[in-house]
Amino acid sequence: MPDRNPDLGVTNFAGKINSPNPFWLASAPPTNTGEMIMRAFDAGWGGAVWKTIGEPVMNVSSRYSSVDWEGRRVMGFNNIELISDRPVEVNLREMLEVRKRYPKHAIIASLMVESTREAWHDIVARAEDAGADGLELNFGCPHGMSERGMGSAVGQVPEYTEMITTWVKEKARTPVLVKLTPNITDIRAVALAAKRGGADGLSAINTINSITGIDLDTLTPRPDVDGKSSHGGYCGPAVRPIALNMVQQIMSDSESALPLSGIGGIGTWREAAEFMLLGCGTVQVCTAVMHYGYRIVEDMAEGLENWMREKGFETIEDFRGLSLNRVTEWKHLNLNYKIVARIDEQKCIGCELCHIACWDGAHQCIHLDRVTGPVDGHVDLHETPAHKEAQSRAAIAVTPVTRRERAEAAQNGPYPTPLERIPRVDETECVGCNLCSLVCPVEECITMVRVDEKVAPETWEERTRQGIGSGE
Amino acid sequence: MSTATLPDDPKLRARFSELKPALGSQAAVIEADRCLNCFDAPCTAACPTHIDVPGFIKRISSGNLRGSATRILDANILGASCSRVCPVDVLCEGACVMHRYSREPIQIALLQRHAMDAYHALDEVPAVKSVAASGLRVGCIGGGPASLACAAELRRQGAQATIIERRALPGGLNTYGVAEYKLRAAESLREIEMIRRMGVEFRFGVGVDSAAALEQIEKEFDFIFLGVGLGAMQRLGVPGEDLDGVMNALELISAYKTGNLRELHGVVVVVGAGNTAIDAANAAKRLGAETVYLLYRRSERDISAFDFEYEHAKQEGVQFLWRRRPLAVRKEAHGRLLLETVQVRQAEGALEPVPDSQFTIACDLLVPAIGQSPLTALIEELRGVEVRDGRIVADLATGCTGNPRYYAAGDCVNGGREVVDAVAGGKRAALAILKAAEAKYA
Repeated sequence: MPDRNPDLGVTNFAGKINSPNPFWLASAPPTNTGEMIMRAFDAGWGGAVWKTIGEPVMNVSSRYSSVDWEGRRVMGFNNIELISDRPVEVNLREMLEVRKRYPKHAIIASLMVESTREAWHDIVARAEDAGADGLELNFGCPHGMSERGMGSAVGQVPEYTEMITTWVKEKARTPVLVKLTPNITDIRAVALAAKRGGADGLSAINTINSITGIDLDTLTPRPDVDGKSSHGGYCGPAVRPIALNMVQQIMSDSESALPLSGIGGIGTWREAAEFMLLGCGTVQVCTAVMHYGYRIVEDMAEGLENWMREKGFETIEDFRGLSLNRVTEWKHLNLNYKIVARIDEQKCIGCELCHIACWDGAHQCIHLDRVTGPVDGHVDLHETPAHKEAQSRAAIAVTPVTRRERAEAAQNGPYPTPLERIPRVDETECVGCNLCSLVCPVEECITMVRVDEKVAPETWEERTRQGIGSGE
Repeated sequence: MSTATLPDDPKLRARFSELKPALGSQAAVIEADRCLNCFDAPCTAACPTHIDVPGFIKRISSGNLRGSATRILDANILGASCSRVCPVDVLCEGACVMHRYSREPIQIALLQRHAMDAYHALDEVPAVKSVAASGLRVGCIGGGPASLACAAELRRQGAQATIIERRALPGGLNTYGVAEYKLRAAESLREIEMIRRMGVEFRFGVGVDSAAALEQIEKEFDFIFLGVGLGAMQRLGVPGEDLDGVMNALELISAYKTGNLRELHGVVVVVGAGNTAIDAANAAKRLGAETVYLLYRRSERDISAFDFEYEHAKQEGVQFLWRRRPLAVRKEAHGRLLLETVQVRQAEGALEPVPDSQFTIACDLLVPAIGQSPLTALIEELRGVEVRDGRIVADLATGCTGNPRYYAAGDCVNGGREVVDAVAGGKRAALAILKAAEAKYA
């Protein structure tokens, strides 16, 4: 254990951006005004990307919709809000005020103007005069602004991205970050274009084109704007896996890699650590703050610090990118690595979700035959789930009304769950796919155990190379 | 003819406010989402009618309430009343895997009620097949849960079913005998109205207690189902029990449920410690009795009432007198009852009085609640139907009796279990009758 507390500070990100911690607010409603950003800094945020500044727009109502999942609200979030609807001068005047009061925090100006060199030169100069530590070019907004030739209309065409980045760099004195849209086949193509244009860093990902759902009474998709809707940008916890993959793609390719501010479904220190393990130097948060407020940053900072202390990391640079070399192409995976599922009879609660998942969704190797005796082997040796269920439904059950009947009904035997309800894994058939351990509701009840001792590793690439070598 | 004929009584409703209020829509969905959706679920296995519990719960979760209720009714036509009266602690909820997961079991009963209330609020009726050409006719004697379930299942499958009930209202104990804070008589009747609208015929006020009446029924129907329940409450067997002021538990419960008993006062003594004794004691409390004693000849450990019923009675303020039994009842000068009691103890397989332990309780009402006696009048007339220990002997899986035209289920076969057991037995008998008819007409 290091004596000193881990240092969460960010130094010289994308050249020369500093912030007391890597947690920035993304350019979005939580960074709409100077007053909001100052409250966020007071709450503990290390930086803020100002809600995109440009020629003021008009917005519609409603603007947001979400996807809930089994009682949890806002698993995914969608918006059709445009950039700042406040005059450029107002935003910049407030930025200057925040700059004065919070000299150590990172203030990034998100910018979006029409695609002319003059317009970009003008806004860059004004933002930097207002004290911005850096500029984020919004080439990612997927709705509304893209219809006017801005936002993702730029970010989806590498040539435009490169051209505008070049114009900005002609003028900019502070680091320039290009915010990438995920609504493209290969995000590396745009990252590469930004790099050619001279970008100092990247932010990824912006929101994903989405329709979150349709009201089954009115038949109007959400959000409903007077009976019509429009596709929006999707974000929140649901998009994190997509964002992580794109971050990995950018950072694993030396051609496209740049200092990266990670965005996409981050709400706790755990997700922040994941983005950093794939190479991000800072992370940006929006949806989680829109859901719970600025206060979530407290746990993000404490949690990351505690994890770093546990792992012996003193600075973010100590672990940044450490998982990148653990992601490889499929052909380099060890084909001889074998694991099988093991069920802990003391923990099993008898829900049998592993059994039905294995039969209907995997490889038919988890059975309900502990009482009738083990029968290892192929599927036709076993009773099907339907057969098992039919047996239960045909059995006659009665209410235990006397004390003795109730005592008998409560007897389970040696395990917490009656033995006949504890599924059994046929290890000769188990392919080690993980599905049962994923659906099991009980922590550490089903574990995947390695069973490949004494077999040398071999990848697909090695195996096929051998095949060609032997002339088959 | 409508089956719903009890007037609403706001005062009764207030005195017997529901023990477990209904879930709101959002609470129901939250609770439904907690369900793990077990495969071959133990709750379903534990239910005598094998309701597909995860199936109906997940339909609540998705907002398919009609489908949820249909799923319940497919297994149990009295799904609404069972959701209120079932001792779920020892059935579905007792079997829930959540117990082994250190969590509260899913509130299956309240979810079932949620789906069923929505269904009944829309006045829906389950689909039935049109009456088959063969015109299979079945007479169901007794209008309680077993007969209702049997008749409804027969009607669904295209047979004609007629329920013959000696009382004025159908439902048996569901209507007359369940504590009002669990199941209101009106709710029982609403459910039976649905069964009537499925096409089941009802005859009320018809007692079948003579050989001639039975012969008539045998002529009219192809098969006869016996869902006659048990007989009258057991007598205490002490002097004075026919005095005014002695009223057995079932009489007490049906009297207040039908509006014939509005209020009690003073001291009430209930004798017995089964679930019905508890229902009667709680009812006496709610009807206004200041003091309610429950007198039982054995100890707290030995009571046959479910644990949750016993806890409930304690909460209601019922006081328990253990190891004590009645000796005689007298009337005092002012018209009150004097109940002589004595302490008893276990000795060589029998209970013996403890010397010098007698005392007399002055009370206003004495309520014997020591179980129902076997039915005698009718079954003596049944030819070929074997009766053992006062119970009709019938095959558990089919309900078939020694006489192949007679089937039976419910309390008259099992000696007194729950509504859900009667429903399961009635339904199994219906399916067996259909099979027998098929063989007969094939």
